[in-house]
Amino acid sequence: MNGWYEFSPARCWAVVVKEFIQMRRDRLTFGMMIGIPLLQLILFGFAINSDPRRLPTAVLLADRGPQGRTLLEAIRNSSYFDFVREVKSEAEARDALARGEVLFVVSIPEDFSRDLLRGDRPVLLVEADATDPAATSNAVGALGVLLDTALQNDLKGPLAYLGGAAGPVELRVHAKYNPEAITQYNIVPGLMGVVLTLTMILITGLAITRERERGTMENLLSMPTRPFEVLLGKIVPYILVGYIQVGLILVVARFLFNVPMAGDIGLLLAATLIFIVANLAVGVTFSTLAKNQLQAMQMTFFFFLPSILLSGFMFPFRGMPVWAQVVGEGLPLTHYLRIIRGILLKGNGLMDVAPDLWPVALFAVVVLVVAVLRYRQTLD
Amino acid sequence: MADELAIDVRGLTKRFGARTAVDGIDLQVRRGEICGFLGPNGSGKTTFLRMLCGLLRPDAGSGTCLGYDVIAETRSIKREVGYMTQRFSFWEDLTIAENLDFTARMYGVPNRRRAVRESLERLGLLERRSQLAGQLSGGWKQRLALAACLIHHPKLLLLDEPTAGVDPKARRDFWEEIHLLADQGMTFLITTHYMDEAERCHRLVYILEGKLLAHGTAAEVVAHARLTTWSVSGPNLARLAEQLRGQPGVRQAAAFGAALHVSGDDKAALEEAIAPFHTKEYQWRPIESGLEDVFIHLMDQSHSGGSP
Repeated sequence: MNGWYEFSPARCWAVVVKEFIQMRRDRLTFGMMIGIPLLQLILFGFAINSDPRRLPTAVLLADRGPQGRTLLEAIRNSSYFDFVREVKSEAEARDALARGEVLFVVSIPEDFSRDLLRGDRPVLLVEADATDPAATSNAVGALGVLLDTALQNDLKGPLAYLGGAAGPVELRVHAKYNPEAITQYNIVPGLMGVVLTLTMILITGLAITRERERGTMENLLSMPTRPFEVLLGKIVPYILVGYIQVGLILVVARFLFNVPMAGDIGLLLAATLIFIVANLAVGVTFSTLAKNQLQAMQMTFFFFLPSILLSGFMFPFRGMPVWAQVVGEGLPLTHYLRIIRGILLKGNGLMDVAPDLWPVALFAVVVLVVAVLRYRQTLD
Repeated sequence: MADELAIDVRGLTKRFGARTAVDGIDLQVRRGEICGFLGPNGSGKTTFLRMLCGLLRPDAGSGTCLGYDVIAETRSIKREVGYMTQRFSFWEDLTIAENLDFTARMYGVPNRRRAVRESLERLGLLERRSQLAGQLSGGWKQRLALAACLIHHPKLLLLDEPTAGVDPKARRDFWEEIHLLADQGMTFLITTHYMDEAERCHRLVYILEGKLLAHGTAAEVVAHARLTTWSVSGPNLARLAEQLRGQPGVRQAAAFGAALHVSGDDKAALEEAIAPFHTKEYQWRPIESGLEDVFIHLMDQSHSGGSP
């Protein structure tokens, strides 16, 4: 009781030495301590960009006059827009926007050059996918400034009167899907994917390592089972748990945050099943790789970090450099975010979400195969 | 069919890296036999059991277990073998009844509910069936593990130190149960460190550092060792033991209660060695060598590099 002042440096040092020895033995923890700062530095330092540029944009060119082309050139030069395709019709433009292939559609309407020269102030229509306000707001802001100066060179001499006070062109921006730019509309559905990723992987990650740590694995292995029976048996209960989470989040999203639900909830639930299975498969695979529960948790964290940073949940996906987008495309959360935001905010149907559905399914199958191959039927 | 072999393996070998845990063991066990498996810690007993029930893949050797190939037909073996691990390996967060029910499902036991109920009754676990396995004492855990291993009516039971940490009464009940089941034709391979348990086995196998050193009935094993043992009592036996050890002819001197057992494999040399200590202080008498004398002798012999 009164020995608090008895500090023994030798005993303290003994603990220090012991901790260092144990740290050296636990290679994975040591690797994580080195790896996580590196990973964060790379992701935050290089991949994440809160002022995204070179955003994929489609062009609907109904007028091929020189002024229209000048304008497009100016838009491209702003570096915010990257013209990735030309669409032929309104319907094609809508599809590209719905599927997230492009974030903007710039339309040069019919008779644009004629109307411009007549001084009729033609409309330059820009449709923006505003599901993620952070991704598009800077680009939209840049457009206004740009238009005032873009045509200055074309409108010289006798045409100088057109560059009057009101500007030669009327810019009309349609912020689609989330016109009021409410961040919650984007974040709340995204959170569903994030929560499912974290909990599903963690919960199953512990499932098999726990058996190993408690010594019950030896018993399980001595029974006449096949790996797939055990792995599937470990996954199924958590599908139910996942759906409870989904129900909870949807109710809160609807009634607390008033998140619009434009699409088919049945389709969302079906797509969610594939996503849940993909995450459970990751967890089970970690479980077969990890030696103990701590390692399984570390692996979960190692997977979770890029998932939330590179999937487009926290930062605009299109704003990241190409290599980061490639990594992001390999993560199920990236695709699921597109699916859920697409269904809830854009009212997307099966055909619209299909391009993001099959990568998730493929991911689940590949990871499950790894798990079955890694699952040891013996104690060797 | 009575003399059919339940276990018939030859040259079974398992290596972990550079260490050979089990080194070319041959073993035949007849159906209905209780075979005691002895040897010091780390001698390869657990590894051998695990190879028999398909938990480890042998690096060399071949043979059959219940007529199935030990390498190719492990799934068939698992269905008919019960394996009780050294460390309690049932689910501590399940109740007794839930553990039994799960095990019965895994083995596809017909009339599962009845089988579970009968198993609870037979082992006297009925009143405790809703108790969590993790809250049970050592003896009850052992009963549960045995009940679970028996639920699918295996033909062969592999028990790895089943009575470690169990009180004498529970141990005796346990062995009575084992003999009852053996009479019904079940085969047992049991590892143990207790000599009284070894003597309850039909046949014994002694292994050391992965090699089989002795086998046969208890009497055969003792006879085969050709060990002469003297018992001596008197004051300061620890010092006497020190003096005797290292004398030519004295293989070992070990305390047994108030007496010291002095053994050697050369009768004449041993008597010559102890002759100087035949003083008034000490009472010497020749005794039958016991199993324990033999096993300690086998252990020492190997460590001193003596002939097997």
